[in-house]
Amino acid sequence: MLAFILKRLAQSVLVMAVVSAISFSLFNFVGDPVNNMVGQDATREQRVQIRIDLGLDDPILVQYTRFMGNALQGDFGLSYRIKRPVDELIFERLPATIELVFVSAIIALVVGISLGVYTGIRRNSWISRTVLSTSLVGVSLPTFIIGIALIYLFAVILRWLPSSGRGGVVDLGWWKTSFLTVDGWRAIILPAITLSLFQLTLILRLVRAEMMEVMRTDYIKFARARGLAERSINFVHALRNTLVPVITIIGLNIGGLIAFSVITETVFQWPGTGLMFIQAVDFVDVPIMAAYLVFVALLFVIINLVVDILYFVVDPRIRLGD
Amino acid sequence: MTDQPINITPSRWQRLKDNDIYWSFINSPGAMIAAAITLICIVAVFSAPLIAPFNPFDPSQISLWDGKLPPAWAEGGQSQYLLGTDNQGRDMLSTILYGGRLSVLVGIAAVCLGMVLGVSLGVISGYIGGATDAIIMRIADVQLTIPGILLAILINGIGRAVLPIEVRDEFAIYVVILAIGLTDWPQFARVARGATLVEANKEYVQAARVIGLPSWLIMLRHILPNTLRPVLVIATIGLALAIIAEATLSFLGQGIPPTTPSLGTLIRVGNEYLFSGLWWITFFPAIALVVLVFAVNLLGDWMRDALNPKLR
Repeated sequence: MLAFILKRLAQSVLVMAVVSAISFSLFNFVGDPVNNMVGQDATREQRVQIRIDLGLDDPILVQYTRFMGNALQGDFGLSYRIKRPVDELIFERLPATIELVFVSAIIALVVGISLGVYTGIRRNSWISRTVLSTSLVGVSLPTFIIGIALIYLFAVILRWLPSSGRGGVVDLGWWKTSFLTVDGWRAIILPAITLSLFQLTLILRLVRAEMMEVMRTDYIKFARARGLAERSINFVHALRNTLVPVITIIGLNIGGLIAFSVITETVFQWPGTGLMFIQAVDFVDVPIMAAYLVFVALLFVIINLVVDILYFVVDPRIRLGD
Repeated sequence: MTDQPINITPSRWQRLKDNDIYWSFINSPGAMIAAAITLICIVAVFSAPLIAPFNPFDPSQISLWDGKLPPAWAEGGQSQYLLGTDNQGRDMLSTILYGGRLSVLVGIAAVCLGMVLGVSLGVISGYIGGATDAIIMRIADVQLTIPGILLAILINGIGRAVLPIEVRDEFAIYVVILAIGLTDWPQFARVARGATLVEANKEYVQAARVIGLPSWLIMLRHILPNTLRPVLVIATIGLALAIIAEATLSFLGQGIPPTTPSLGTLIRVGNEYLFSGLWWITFFPAIALVVLVFAVNLLGDWMRDALNPKLR
């Protein structure tokens, strides 16, 4: 167990080293940072002074060590465009992304599991068939098209919900939340549905397949023979045993939600980190790009590490097989 | 026993008809419909210069006065613009055909790049084994844990940032192809490696080794052709994903520039007019994209079942 975790940990550190090296090299290969900081009419002396101040004339290894040291403390320098510390900007935008991902994950889990259980038990009802064929179409539809369609239907034609932004936010000091206003809840509905749809279909199909498998097992037959109520068989005996694989994919799904939040945030102009990254790429705002790169990589490394360890804990076969 | 020679080489047509894949194909209506739609889409977009009523890149054929016209059947529509016109007065049908051509081309190019890269690395990995194998497959594993679209956005973003601003639009299409291709390769590498591991122990490969053929020749001439079946399945599904990825990048404004629009760029441009009720500028490119992707996906699904010996 310990050896397994240590091996994974070493691998994670390696990945982070590679990613940080890439984001460090962004600073050197993309444009001239001095040009990005001073105006057109800066004198030669001023440029040289800035170069020295920024430490850009140091050897590359010294620069890399300094970058790593700062990055470990969450310091990625000033944004070229907004001229504010990048970590500050990211933490300002993070609540929006986290709230969106959180609501989407809840929708995907609740709707996905209940539809999965239903279609797994009532395999041949017309509702199951409709749900399944709709989910097939859902997989083929690109996220941004779903978003546009929802905006057109609910914001342009019906005018029920806002098409962009976060609505009203309440400042809790270090966290701006949209959960405390009606406006905020209305604003989060469309983006959250858009983001959750793909993960929802994945969870639905997984739970359905697991459910169908479990229903065939002997202990379910035995429970039925004992005359237990149908509801208790379905939910106590069957559903519980389908949840092991579901729990392990939830972690990976959070990664997927964060990835697709870049697209959803752009469609709905949701002021989160994904939208910030896309805008940073447009303006070649290297510090933000580098920070986002490291941030996302760190997130995925942590998620994968946790999922790997979870697998190990949950499934004895992996422990014995290794 | 007769001395009559037996015809041991049937005609090519006969061999095609006896093929199990052909049999499976004509016996699944879904696959035939999907193939027909895919074929129609691809033929239509590649003959765009011949069948499109207008050339959207020729300024002399565009008139701003005809801008924002609804489809021909709607009120205020003109019969020569079947699906209406966009904000610049370009005929929607023609722009969709030309845009679709770009989307399909980028998709095919990206899949080819991913396939060449992935299959070569996969075959090398499977045939040589050892440390080479471990390194290549670990990289593939790590890359597979990151969702493809996010990686494509990141690589594309870096690629655009590295280019000077003057040539960014000009090279955008190559950056997109590179980004999607580099995202794709681990799938191909895994499948090709798996097939190589199976083939490498077979007698014909041992025979080739015994007669002293160099490793690269064995990999290229003997193992590679035998890995292509599963690779074909991945390539088909990969094409659908690549087309979606390109459309997504273009929609985010990170892909093909509006001067030579792809389907994704058209949807992006149209999206700005959605609130003024000009639905057709977004709707028709979106439908074209969905139909294309859905047909390719269905074809890929069928292929996965037909080419997988385990399911037979």
